[in-house]
Amino acid sequence: MKQVKTKRYALCDSGFFVQRISFGLELVISNFRLHQLLRKGGITIKNHKSTVILAILLLLLSFFSLFVGVLDINPAGLSGGDPEQLEIFLISRLPRLLAILCTGTGMSVAGLIMQQLCMNKFVSPTTGATISSAKSGILVALLFLPASTLWSRALFSFLFAVLGTWVFVWFIQNIQFKDTVMVPLVGIMFSNIINGVTSYLAYRYEMTQALSSWEVGHFSLVLRGRYEIVYLVVPLLILAFLFSNHFNIVGMGRDFSQNLGVNYKFVLFMGLTIAAAITASVVVVVGSISYIGLIIPNVVAMFKGDKIRGTLIDTALLGALFVLVCDMIARVVIAPYELPIELIVGIIGSILFIGILFRRLKHGRKTVRSFRFKKGGAGV
Amino acid sequence: MNVQNLMKKYDGKAVVDSVSFEIPKGNVISLIGPNGAGKSTVMGMISRLIAKDAGTVRFEEKDLSRWKSRDLSKRLAILTQHNNVQMKLTVRELVAFGRFPYSGSRLTREDQAIIDQAIAYMELNEFEERFIDELSGGQRQRAYIAMVIAQDTDYVLLDEPTNNLDIYYATNMMKTVRRLCDELGKTVILVLHEINYAAFYSDYICAFRDGKIAKFGTVEEVITKETLSAIYRVDFEIMNIGGKPLTIYY
Repeated sequence: MKQVKTKRYALCDSGFFVQRISFGLELVISNFRLHQLLRKGGITIKNHKSTVILAILLLLLSFFSLFVGVLDINPAGLSGGDPEQLEIFLISRLPRLLAILCTGTGMSVAGLIMQQLCMNKFVSPTTGATISSAKSGILVALLFLPASTLWSRALFSFLFAVLGTWVFVWFIQNIQFKDTVMVPLVGIMFSNIINGVTSYLAYRYEMTQALSSWEVGHFSLVLRGRYEIVYLVVPLLILAFLFSNHFNIVGMGRDFSQNLGVNYKFVLFMGLTIAAAITASVVVVVGSISYIGLIIPNVVAMFKGDKIRGTLIDTALLGALFVLVCDMIARVVIAPYELPIELIVGIIGSILFIGILFRRLKHGRKTVRSFRFKKGGAGV
Repeated sequence: MNVQNLMKKYDGKAVVDSVSFEIPKGNVISLIGPNGAGKSTVMGMISRLIAKDAGTVRFEEKDLSRWKSRDLSKRLAILTQHNNVQMKLTVRELVAFGRFPYSGSRLTREDQAIIDQAIAYMELNEFEERFIDELSGGQRQRAYIAMVIAQDTDYVLLDEPTNNLDIYYATNMMKTVRRLCDELGKTVILVLHEINYAAFYSDYICAFRDGKIAKFGTVEEVITKETLSAIYRVDFEIMNIGGKPLTIYY
């Protein structure tokens, strides 16, 4: 009797499951139809899913990061109106978070723009001499304008970054490389030359101490009143988004752009200038941070392709997420001290970079297709 | 389109030398000739991709240099082989760029409809969401043609559209060229290496030799034993198959 009962339960259960499964399938199918309908109207949910997931993750981690640090700050204390906690929060924690977000979004989008315009997946502010030029600009400002403000340093840094990037791009356009890996190698050599000159000048005029703050990027000096220049990233990102289709078209080549009535040279140099301006405004506040502009756009492109309109926001979000996570590791690993973020980014970044290289060697430029369809291109 | 005394020099050597011709509208015109005869350079100059050194190009009663690039891109489309095929764009995204001269980044419902039509016309529906770098050469070429169709121009210029395609895809490409002209009423100008494709699918042929026009006329006028032998400096036999002159060279 007992056995029969359990059997009936089991049957009931399986029936329930069948029902659930069919309900689930129906959901999937109706979902699919909805997607098709929306797609006809030019809206794709699939493409926005990853953006939403990344945004939520970033929001959660951002909130969490506000309470990581040497001095104890907690949500209860803040809402309780503890003046000391509130002060630290407004002077240090919040500025730090905002600087991190600007750095992550800025550097990754700068990399995205440069990769598109140069038609090379290995070009970035690091491998395109932009960061090293920006640093040399800061040194020149320190040398010739000893009383320079953050703004004038930023201006010099920007001018040098633009110049360095233009020279690099002019160079790679006039010398056609058969092997695409040659382009970033030339960029690395070029930026090493600039770094060499910068170091020489710094030694010559005993500025190495002052310059060292920019050699290795870190967020520990980001305090209210000393970092606001990094907000320049925001209007520049909006500009980049508005011109994203232009960048795509220019990335298809000179003939292709002219056929569509797009001024190739103008868009190319405008795009590079935007990338250089973003880089300069980050470097002058945080110092040099490598790899972000190289890796993040590559990772996003693996899942979502190269159409900038579709990838720019994801690239920015993932970049911010990456820097935020690296910064939290940097703050926690030897607490109560902290490591410069450049170290963490360098370690994680180089591992990821090797991963990307191997993937390229193995699969060519194929997208991560199974993933794309299974999870709808969800976050990484 | 009218071309007068077109000239282009590289390092002091004229690669295109006083070339003049008139493009008869609504036809397929093939530019043929040996390597280095200047046909691609002429194609580049009449489409503003290459700056000319001398001469005039009049397009629709107006000097080409006085056209705004954006306006010209609504009337004349050119497809060269120098496109970045590494770019991970889906077929639809690529075709959508054809509407860029009209709507910029904000595609209207009408644009979307035109893009749909162009994709359907080139039978690319099943590849719509595929990335162009994952397609075969022939499929990719069709995607580019679909973009040109979406660009909705009276003139279509194609630089060696059959290059790197096997016989199946190359023949289909030529049939497409014919359809662009016959069904959509476009004037198609091609640079071709295969003389028989030019002979079978064009209305007019312009034969180049050493930067000059050796002969410009209807297929029957140009595809003759004497003309071709003089241009290519090999022996030709002309056969008549299906009412078209086809060549054998050896």
